[in-house]
Order: sequence, then structure tokens, then C-alpha cells
Amino acid sequence: MSSTTEILEQDGVSLKARLAKATAVQKKRALLLTMPLVIFLIVSFVMPIGQMLWRSVNNPTVSNVVPNFAIAIQQWDGKDLPPESVFKIFVEDLVIAKKNREIGKTVGNLATRINYDIPGSRSLFTSTARKAKKLKAPFKKSLIKVNKKWKNPALWLSLKRNAKDITPAFYLAAMDLKYNEKGDIVKADKLYQIYLSNFIKTINLSAIITAICIVLAYPVAYVLSILPLRQSNLLMIFVLLPFWTSLLVRTTAWIAILQTEGVINDILVFLGFLSDDGRVQMIYNQTGTIVAMVHILLPFMVLPLYSVMKTISPTYMKAALSMGAKKSYALRKVYLPLTLPGLGAGTLLVFILAIGYYITPALVGGEDGLLISNLIAYHIQKSLNWSLGAALGTILLVTVLILYWLYNKIIGIDNLKFG
Amino acid sequence: MALFNREKINGIFALLAIAVVIYFLLGSIIPAIAFIILFSIPLYFMKPLPVFASTIDYISHYVFVAICTFIFIFLITPVLIIIPLSFNAEPYFTFTQGMLSLDPSAFSTRWYEDIVYNGMLDPNGTEKWWNDMWNNAQWIRSARNSFFIATMSAVIATVLGTIAALGLSRSEMPYKAAITSLLISPMIVPLVITASGMFFFYSSINLAKTYTGVILAHVTLGIPFVIITVTATLSGFDTNLIKASQSLGAHGWITFRRVIMPLIMPGMISGALFAFITSLDEIVAVIFIADVEQRTIPRQMFSGIREQISPTILAVASVLVLISIILLTVLELLRRRSERLRGITPG
Repeated sequence: MSSTTEILEQDGVSLKARLAKATAVQKKRALLLTMPLVIFLIVSFVMPIGQMLWRSVNNPTVSNVVPNFAIAIQQWDGKDLPPESVFKIFVEDLVIAKKNREIGKTVGNLATRINYDIPGSRSLFTSTARKAKKLKAPFKKSLIKVNKKWKNPALWLSLKRNAKDITPAFYLAAMDLKYNEKGDIVKADKLYQIYLSNFIKTINLSAIITAICIVLAYPVAYVLSILPLRQSNLLMIFVLLPFWTSLLVRTTAWIAILQTEGVINDILVFLGFLSDDGRVQMIYNQTGTIVAMVHILLPFMVLPLYSVMKTISPTYMKAALSMGAKKSYALRKVYLPLTLPGLGAGTLLVFILAIGYYITPALVGGEDGLLISNLIAYHIQKSLNWSLGAALGTILLVTVLILYWLYNKIIGIDNLKFG
Repeated sequence: MALFNREKINGIFALLAIAVVIYFLLGSIIPAIAFIILFSIPLYFMKPLPVFASTIDYISHYVFVAICTFIFIFLITPVLIIIPLSFNAEPYFTFTQGMLSLDPSAFSTRWYEDIVYNGMLDPNGTEKWWNDMWNNAQWIRSARNSFFIATMSAVIATVLGTIAALGLSRSEMPYKAAITSLLISPMIVPLVITASGMFFFYSSINLAKTYTGVILAHVTLGIPFVIITVTATLSGFDTNLIKASQSLGAHGWITFRRVIMPLIMPGMISGALFAFITSLDEIVAVIFIADVEQRTIPRQMFSGIREQISPTILAVASVLVLISIILLTVLELLRRRSERLRGITPG
């Protein structure tokens, strides 16, 4: 019988079709088992993040507060000032908006939104809205009479831009760019250029932390992998206990150790290396952030390295040495390439975790140790510029997801293990 | 292995020589003694090298062991140092002169008492003392919140996670890679992003500032750990056992209850412990989602560190270290049991 002939069962159905049917049932069953969790995560995790992504481009303020004006201004070609008809609708909308108390639809919201674009225009809106009811035609003239700033075409251009529901403005702000008065994209003022440099600082610090972690974790993982199991299990406690200890406990401990009145300074003064008034400031700055974060993230480097090193047979090194390789050469050419999967896993993991770190920089970072996560939290909790916070968050999220995708491609997420 | 071979004796002489140099350079005996104590640890852990090893080999080996020793010290010191510091009689974050000279009066348990007393209406009253402590002491309230939230989220995460892991570990599972990366992603996505997204979303459905909201967030964050540990246990699972059970007439539920569950139990428990400790330690979601009423231990510590830093935090931290030591021991015992059950003998 040739291999291409289909095998048929007694009732004439091909075995292949029957197998496909049987596996389809099994597939469905396996998928069904994961469904409760997938649905749970979509509701509790994917939808919140999706909503935040939407918030970063969504710009409903102008069309919420002055809806008719938002449509009318689109007719304007952007030269000089808008026509009288647009002014009329604007004043009418402003009168209605003045009465609105709903959050997100007040004149105050509109004023805040335009103020992001044109600083100092906040009071212009609130004061004009108060007088809007008494304004008479021609509205163009009477508005300018109330306040000369209404003659500024940049203001109207900004209103026109923001009348659209979707805007890239928050992403521009997150990258230190802005619209200038003519509506072109230009660099933001020097004073406001903080985000790009903070992104660079975050990446720099994460890279430094990852590098230190590699240097510290490599020998430790090596020692753990070559020692007999009884001893290595004992030494493993040194790695796992910090891993399992609360993040805040470890951060507190580093404050106790590094502060100017802390343990290290005390020891150095006691040993005579420092004078009592020459104590070193080691915390509430970048040094503090780096030291505490290296300590917190080190286990994430040691564990993947260890699990790879354990599988490397010592005979490879012995073979290289017996064939005349010097130890450093054998390490570089034989051992290091074999540990690359673990090294890659640890590096990506530590970098991914470091780039989004929030708590430790917030507690020990002081001013210059703050990372991008702290800025995001600031915009969400304090300044309430949620859209900008969301835009910054989205950029960070995309960066992390690219790294995560790389991790998945190179190492495979299902190879991750703890302890 | 002799405790003192020729090379170790050489090493001791070398250390002493360097210590003498330090003594003359700094003019003080203390740094020299500190040097000897610190650098004799790696010497103790050195192992004998082959007979053909040269002095250079010995020195480089010593340097390597010394580096490793210092990294291990770096790892463990911060965790352990807070325990003696928490017994400080003074409200400082450092060792006092009295503590260094082991003066008993320099030590006290006042910060541990403060954990209980802080916030109580009448710490010295006898009437309804327990009631007062249970309801009013700040740290006790936070601890109650923490354990309630952690237990609830660990249970939910373990149930949902185990069911999903059972599906994921089947060989017929379609879209396995995509679904696995979705389920692990809460661990990867920066916490600030997750937390602020949840804050907006849960606010819009009136779940922010409720226990339900915080628990939902913590279940989400605990799930990756459950998935990872349970799928790891299932990876060595002999599927013939399921077929055997079914061929003997057991239904799905009975097969799960009598065959699958006893075998994956250690994985489930360690997954649950992971989820528990994740929730117990989690702070970012709590900062964003929870209100004063849902304040947990980490949240209380966070504001403590930011506002009025007192050694009470160190006392709480010491208690937490103790808890993590216990959990770690349980996990290790479970891992051994799981290996034994699956027929993997420790090497």
C-alpha cells in the first residue's frame, strides 16, 4: 500500500478526519480551561490599560465644553482671525458652558486644556465666560474689547487644533515637543524639556544597574553551580532570602545603612577614614537608587544564570584546559558562550524590571534619582494632567513590550522559574 | 582536607603582613583588625588546588573567593542588619555606642510594643484592651487588611491559575505562546502603568477605594507566579495516569480530585504562597487604588518612611523578615516533596 492512500475505517470515514475531529474536541477543551482566567485578565488588566492608551490620544475637552463651536471652527482656514459667525457661536456656547457643572465639561476644564498649549491663558477663559452673557454683536469686536488676548491668532489656532477628538499633542509633550503659534511642531521651551532627558536617564540608570547585576551575579551563580548540592542549597538562602523579603523592608534597610548617620558612615568614621563632619551623602540621590535597586534586582539575574550554569558539564572546561587553552581563554571561548541563554534571560528581565521601577526611586532617589515611572505617577496623582501621564506611560509600555517580545523570541517566557 | 594546609598558612601570613602595613599607614589598630576578620573569611572557604597550581593560581583563586564572599555579604547584610537595629533603645536608625559595647540598657523592645500601641485609645487600660488593640492600633489594622487581601487574592489567583495551567500544559493547546505571554504579562508591565490604568478603570465602575478593587488588582499581579509554578509542576506530569484513571471508569472530576490534584498539590501550594507574598508585599496598586480604610502594611511603611521615620518601621520590617524566612522554609520543603512525588531524586 502506498503511503498516499488514506486509511479508512470500517464505516468508510477516513482515519485522518476522525483524528482531526477528536483533536478538535481536545483543543476546544484545553482552550476552555484557560478561558476563565483569560476573561478575568481582559477585564481586570487589558481593559484598564487599553482605556489608558485611549486617554493618551483622546482630547474631548473642547468638543465637550463648546460643542457647536468645535464643529464651526473647522471651517476656518487658519488665516488671521475666524469669521464673525464663528465668534458668535463661540460666545453662545460659552454662555451655555458657564452653567455646566459636570466634571470635564466646565469652562475651567477648557481653560486648563488651552493653558497647556498657551501658558497664561487660563484666566482669559474664566473671566470672559463670566461676562459672556452680556456680550452683544458684533461678537468679534466685543470679545476683543473684553480682553485684547482674543486678538491673538495663536489662541484660535490652538482652539481649532484641540477641537478634534484625537490629538497627538500629549505624545508631543511627552517627547519635549509642542505646537508653535503657527501650528508647526517645534521643540518645547528649555524649562519644560524634562521628559526626553528623563527617558534617557531612566534607560541609562537601568543599563548601569543591569551591568552591575551581571558583574555581581556571574561569579555568584558560578559558585552556586559548581558546589555540591548540600552547600549550594545553603548558599542559595543568601540569594532567596532577599528575594523573598519585602521590597519596602529592603529599601528601609538601605536607608538605615547608607544615610549620613547610618551604619556605613558610622563604620568609616569609627575606622578613621572619614571625619565626623565629612560624612558622605549616599542616599536620596542616584547612588542610593543604584545600590538599592541592584540589591533588589540581583536575584533576578542570579536565578536564570544559575539554572543555565547548572546544566553545563565541567568536562567542557577541563577539555579546553587540557588542550592547552589558558584559563581566561577557555572561559571566554567555551564557558561564556554556553551561559549566554541565562545571561540573556537575566539581562532582559532585570532591564525590563528596572526601567519601570517606582517605589525604590520614590523613597531613596531624592531629586536626581527619579525615574520615568515617578513622573508618570506625578502626573496621575498630583498634577492631574492624566493625558500626559498616559502618553508617557504608553511610551514606557511600548518599550517594555518590545523587550518582552524579544525575551519571548529569544528565551521563551515558559522557561522562567523561581527558586 | 586538612584545615591548615601549607597554602592557607602562607595566606594567613600574607594577611597579617598586609594588616601590619595598614596599621602603620593609618596609625590605628582597629582598621587592621577589621581587615583581618573580613579577609580571613574567603581564606577559610578556599579549597585545595591541584599540586601543579602556582602561587598566581592561588592568589587568583583567593581573589575570586573573596569577591564571591563580599557579594554574598552584600546580599544578606541589609536583610539581617535591621533585626539588631530594631532593638535600639534610642529613636535612631543606627547602632549606638551602648549597643556596640553590648550594654543591656541600650537594647529595648519598645518599638515592638509601639507596633501594638500606636493608635490605641488607651494602651495602658486593662478594660477591653484586646478590643481596643484589635480595632484601633494602626499597624494591627494594616496587618489585618494585608492578610485579608493577600488570602483572598491568593485563593482566587490559585484557583483561576491552576485551571488555566491545566489547559496550558496540554499538548493540544492552541495559541499556547500567545495566551501564555498574556497571562505572564502582569509581571512584566511596569506597575505604575498597571496601577494607574486600574485606578481610572476601577473608578469608572465604582471599584476604586474598595476591598474588591484592591483584591482584583492583587489577583491580577499574582497570577503570573501561579501560572509559572503550576505549569512547572505539570511539565513532569505523566499523562498516562489520567488515561489509566479514565480507563478505570473515573469521571473528569474524580480524576482531577484523586489523581491530578494530589500530584500537583505542592506546585499549587507554592503558587499560592507566591501569590500571597506578592500581595503582601505589593504597594503600587495599593497607593493608586486603595483608600485609608484598605491601608496595608507596605502602604503604612511607605508613608512612615516618607513622613515620620521611626524605628517602629524597623521592628515591623524584622517581623516581615521572620515571615519570609518561614515562607521560604515551607517553599523549600514543598519543592523537595514535589520532586520526590514526581520521582526526581535530589542529586
